[in-house]
Amino acid sequence: MIPAPFEYYRPREMAAVLALLAEHGDEARVMAGGHSLIPMMKLRMAEVPHLIDLQDVEGLSGITVSGGEIRLGAMVTQAEIIDSKELAQAAPILREAALQIADPQVRAMGTVGGNVANGDPGNDMPGLMQCLGARFTLVGPEGEREVAARDFYEAAYMTERDDDEVLTAVAFAVPEGGYAYEKQKRKIGDYATAAAAVQIRREGASCAAASIAMTNLSDTPVWSEAAAEALVGTELGPEAIEAAVTAMLAEIDPSEDNRGPVEFKRHAAVVILRRAIARAWSRA
Amino acid sequence: MPDKMHVKLTVNGEAQEFLAEPRELLIYALRERLNLTGPHVGCDTSHCGACTVIVDGKTVKSCTLFVAQANGAEITTIEGLGSPDDLSPLQRAFREHHGLQCGFCTPGMITRATKLLEENPTPTEEEVRFGMAGNLCRCTGYQNIVKSILAAAAEINAAKEAAE
Amino acid sequence: MKDDVESREDRTAGLKGLGCARRRVEDLRFTQGKGNYVDDIKLPGMLHGDFVRSPYAHARIKSIDASAALALDGVVAVLTAEDLAPLGLHWMPTLAGDKQMVLADGKVLFQGQEVAFVVARDRYVAADAVELVEVEYEDLPVITDPFESLKSDVVLREDLEPGADGAHGPRKHHNHIFTWEVGDKETTEQVLEEAEVVAEEMVYYHRTHPCPLETCGAVASMDKVNGKLTIYGTFQAPHAVRTVVSLLSGIEEHNIRVISPDIGGGFGNKVGVYPGYVCSVVASIVTGKPVKWVEDRMENLMSTAFARDYWMQGKIAATREGKITGLWCHTTADHGGFDACADPTKFPAGFMNICTGSYDIPVAYLAVDGVYTNKAPGGVSYRCSFRVTEAIYFIERMIEVLAIKLNVDAAELRRINFIRKDQFPYQSALGWEYDSGDYHTAWDKALAAVDYKGLREEQAQRVEDFKAGKTRKLMGVGLTFFTEIVGAGPVKNCDILGLGMFDSCEIRIHPTGSAIARLGTISQGQGHATTFAQILASEIGLPADSITIEEGDTDTAPYGLGTYGSRSTPVAGAATAMAGRKIRAKAQMIAAYLLEVHDDDVEFDIDRFVVKGAPERFKTMKEIAFAAYNQAIPGIEPGLEAVSYYDPPNMTYPFGAYVCVMDIDVDTGVPEIRRFYALDDCGTRINPMIIEGQVHGGLTEALAVALGQEIAYDDLGNVKTGTLMDFFLPTAWETPNYETDHTVTPSPHHPIGAKGVGESPHVGGVPCFSNAVNDAFRAFGLTHTQMPHDHWRIWKTANRLGLHG
Ligand SMILES: Cc1cc2nc3c(=O)[nH]c(=O)nc-3n(C[C@H](O)[C@H](O)[C@H](O)COP(=O)(O)OP(=O)(O)OC[C@H]3O[C@@H](n4cnc5c(N)ncnc54)[C@H](O)[C@@H]3O)c2cc1C
Ligand code: FES
Ligand code: FES
Repeated sequence: MIPAPFEYYRPREMAAVLALLAEHGDEARVMAGGHSLIPMMKLRMAEVPHLIDLQDVEGLSGITVSGGEIRLGAMVTQAEIIDSKELAQAAPILREAALQIADPQVRAMGTVGGNVANGDPGNDMPGLMQCLGARFTLVGPEGEREVAARDFYEAAYMTERDDDEVLTAVAFAVPEGGYAYEKQKRKIGDYATAAAAVQIRREGASCAAASIAMTNLSDTPVWSEAAAEALVGTELGPEAIEAAVTAMLAEIDPSEDNRGPVEFKRHAAVVILRRAIARAWSRA
Repeated sequence: MPDKMHVKLTVNGEAQEFLAEPRELLIYALRERLNLTGPHVGCDTSHCGACTVIVDGKTVKSCTLFVAQANGAEITTIEGLGSPDDLSPLQRAFREHHGLQCGFCTPGMITRATKLLEENPTPTEEEVRFGMAGNLCRCTGYQNIVKSILAAAAEINAAKEAAE
Repeated sequence: MKDDVESREDRTAGLKGLGCARRRVEDLRFTQGKGNYVDDIKLPGMLHGDFVRSPYAHARIKSIDASAALALDGVVAVLTAEDLAPLGLHWMPTLAGDKQMVLADGKVLFQGQEVAFVVARDRYVAADAVELVEVEYEDLPVITDPFESLKSDVVLREDLEPGADGAHGPRKHHNHIFTWEVGDKETTEQVLEEAEVVAEEMVYYHRTHPCPLETCGAVASMDKVNGKLTIYGTFQAPHAVRTVVSLLSGIEEHNIRVISPDIGGGFGNKVGVYPGYVCSVVASIVTGKPVKWVEDRMENLMSTAFARDYWMQGKIAATREGKITGLWCHTTADHGGFDACADPTKFPAGFMNICTGSYDIPVAYLAVDGVYTNKAPGGVSYRCSFRVTEAIYFIERMIEVLAIKLNVDAAELRRINFIRKDQFPYQSALGWEYDSGDYHTAWDKALAAVDYKGLREEQAQRVEDFKAGKTRKLMGVGLTFFTEIVGAGPVKNCDILGLGMFDSCEIRIHPTGSAIARLGTISQGQGHATTFAQILASEIGLPADSITIEEGDTDTAPYGLGTYGSRSTPVAGAATAMAGRKIRAKAQMIAAYLLEVHDDDVEFDIDRFVVKGAPERFKTMKEIAFAAYNQAIPGIEPGLEAVSYYDPPNMTYPFGAYVCVMDIDVDTGVPEIRRFYALDDCGTRINPMIIEGQVHGGLTEALAVALGQEIAYDDLGNVKTGTLMDFFLPTAWETPNYETDHTVTPSPHHPIGAKGVGESPHVGGVPCFSNAVNDAFRAFGLTHTQMPHDHWRIWKTANRLGLHG
């Protein structure tokens, strides 16, 4: 499998990246770890005459936790997320999720920026970031802007990001309470049949706040406000959970693939969500 | 046709320079230009790990890395992990514990396992299985691969202790 | 002298012969990345070939325009059927008596079919040129279901004369290939009619693929100066390839050299002859340059050699007490666009007629109908001896179905129907003579090892707990007792393309007491270089470490039919022992001469010949070897060499008893293997370490097949499982640890009693995993559910049974 030829650039500054994007329009594309893009190019399902490698661009790396905020540079890899002690402390759901993505070699290359910018419904980070209420920083010819993860995804491979913009960072408030990232897949290296990201804050016996998002059950990640609301104020009894699940079911829209028909996916979604809620609650 | 680019790599400690199309995949540059045919192509889609090499300290699937991306990098392949007179503990353990059959996955396995033991010198069986899950083998059923890696870890640790 | 003090045990151990867990000689190069696989071969001036393939499963080709591709710098040629036709190479014969297009001739019959072959300077230009070849297709109705195919007006194979017989007799319909019948139809049907109990089931063994980690490929090099053609390739049968290439190309066989270098796994994928091989040869002849073709994984899964795809309708008759009285099977075999099965000529459905399994079934009948569809051709024996996998899956499911019908324990049902030890050699109702077996002993050992009774109690408790809402996991106990039939095979009934399925070994002993042996087989990971040296070490008394084993070069190795169907040990292993015995016979004469006694007065003792009754007088094999080259011995030619071509008198029949304990999450459909116990009886054990490794590997491939590995098509004939994302190969994480065990029942007719083991774990493993899944739901009324048991299908079964509330 050989990709079509392309012109390769490895700029050091964001200005140069933006200039290249401006010059070549939709003939140009940025590449982070390449582990979504290169397979597509090898299959000749993506043609990229001008490939801009982000690996040397300044300001895209690093994990910072300060002032109740977490910031991940776009080029932070899944392996770095897993290895970060700070992050394991501040937002352990990230590590739990990252460990369920692909395999060690892929995680050494795959970046958080690439994962959330890709727009593939199978990617795990978008749902996770919606659960965490993250904001994506985009830089373009007009300057910098922030877009909420919950507003970012429009359809499969269609996002709020304009072609001439680069995603530079992902930021979110340090999450509170219990967490769980639960994923069903056929094997290591497979995308989710169904996956759920859940954060729950508990006060006394009841749930004070919740956030729930699911992956690969629609053409975008599904963050369900109604599902979360169904839990808030309850002690997470069977009825509350049932209500949350029902709310989520109303919002997902899975399609059939080799992982199974729609009815199975809807059922798996329920099971995975219940497990995620239970685990998050047990940690809250 | 885009211009060829000037590529510089350090592979198994030796400096290498050549002209290549940027789209050339690292696996082919290693195999076809540098005659390092240890790493293999098994799947083309970054699932099997037969093409695993170490690039700047990370184990990566070289079928999913353009040579352009690797420009300037330091690379180690299976050929750089031991020599006929000085096999690495993993190379010895794979033979001793029958951790291979057709041998096609073996270079990638040993390369990945080398890194795994650096990251985690005392893995449990479960950690070995999880840490090796990016490498497929069709012949061995993994049981003896896991055994080989655990045995190599024990040997390395014993040698370290003896040295201390 | 050292020899004087060495004990017999030490001398035996020093040989590293039979029974020794000898470490593999191959591994030194493999662990250093110094194997030499086909894609590692680089010849001066070598060009690269790549295919233009059909995106359609059934279409007429209106036109092919290669002009843009040819205009690309670095493109040397673009071959189409039109170019091959004058050479008569646009079609090629298949191993099954059919023919197959090398390049699409007027139409395509499956997605991924080879349409044009681009030859270019390097793989990059070739890939670019493939994109530039313009093919105009007119799509035709697609048939992916064999039952529909037999009813359809659509003619898939327009090249076949309507109404004319096929290679295996009359064809009933334009999409029908053959009917193969074995056994006594009339009596079987009568038995079924009169039986106290009859269990019936349609057992589908889905389409899958051997998928070795290395794909198929070849490098062809035509040396026009010397008129010699050399072909390196992923060939499980290099000699047969040489003969076929000679017959096809007209190049005399002595001018063709076929080399199988190291092979990265075969599992049946590398038995067949593929268009890629033929095209690289033609391209090399046309261009005068070496041409390399190596398929990528997607091409491998889409076009080279699927396995299985058998719809097996079964009926099994029994008394109320469970004694089986008859077996009936009708199989509809989906062969895809061409019948390219790799079976011995007289067996269009391979050894499917071993489907009476390990049981004493008085009467049986089997019919197989082969059918064309718009899928890839193949039907190879994926880690199995010619459809044995299908046969054993069928009978091991039918036994379970019968147990349910009779409401008895499936282990006990097996026991009362086993062929008894005293019945061997046993004549089966479908025509085989089982050489040896002791099934009851093996079964009892297996059941005791896993505490079978305890497992059933635990399972019953689990069912109670499940019903009480205490757990959502069910427990399945999978049982299998299989009998394999391997080592094809007697030349009187087994041939491939008219070539008898013997095998061979040629030995040369060097003056200093080391040796080289060459065989007609080829290792793909089985470790022949290690084990054949062990056989020889025990036969000729020279250390295995002093014996080189060489295979795969037709210029040097004696003719043989290659390695598949677990035939290497039964056939080539036997040839090795027999050639070794010839060496020993001559060595005996030399020893007698040196010891100045009569030939009959010396006897072989581990590594030497000793004078009978005077063990202090001896000549070691090393001394004898030297003498063979430096002494003029009256009446004996100098040198010490031998060759043996071995035509086995019968197949061998390895067997085994497997138990799998599985927990199944009924809500997600996720199965978890808690325990797997495998007892194998492969007769004499040459190298226990290698046997164990083969068992682990075969079981893992079985797990894959049973739990998800399939080649699936949509209604338009598009392959849905073209990459390793969707084509299920388990990683170390999804694979359990296996417990291995054995009994030893030697083959009475094999020179060293060995039976072969490489495929047993696959043959026995698939039904065992599948039976575990089925068994988990038995308490809830399930009789049978089809493989593959991936998450959604297991979930579906649970759902159908009403287990989701
Ligand atoms: C075998 C395998 C299994 C996998 N399994 C999973 C899985 O289970 N879950 C999962 O989530 N992922 C999975 N992945 C995908 C993997 O995590 C990818 O690495 C990740 O999705 C993309 O990250 P990347 O850095 O490789 O991005 P790239 O491949 O470099 O880029 C992906 C896309 O995003 C764009 N892009 C990248 N960075 C930026 C940026 N900073 N700004 C704007 N656009 C950008 C690119 O132009 C491209 O279109 C798997 C991949 C493989 C090969
Ligand atoms: S060839 Fe690179 S992962 Fe398979
Ligand atoms: S040893 Fe053959 S693939 Fe691993």
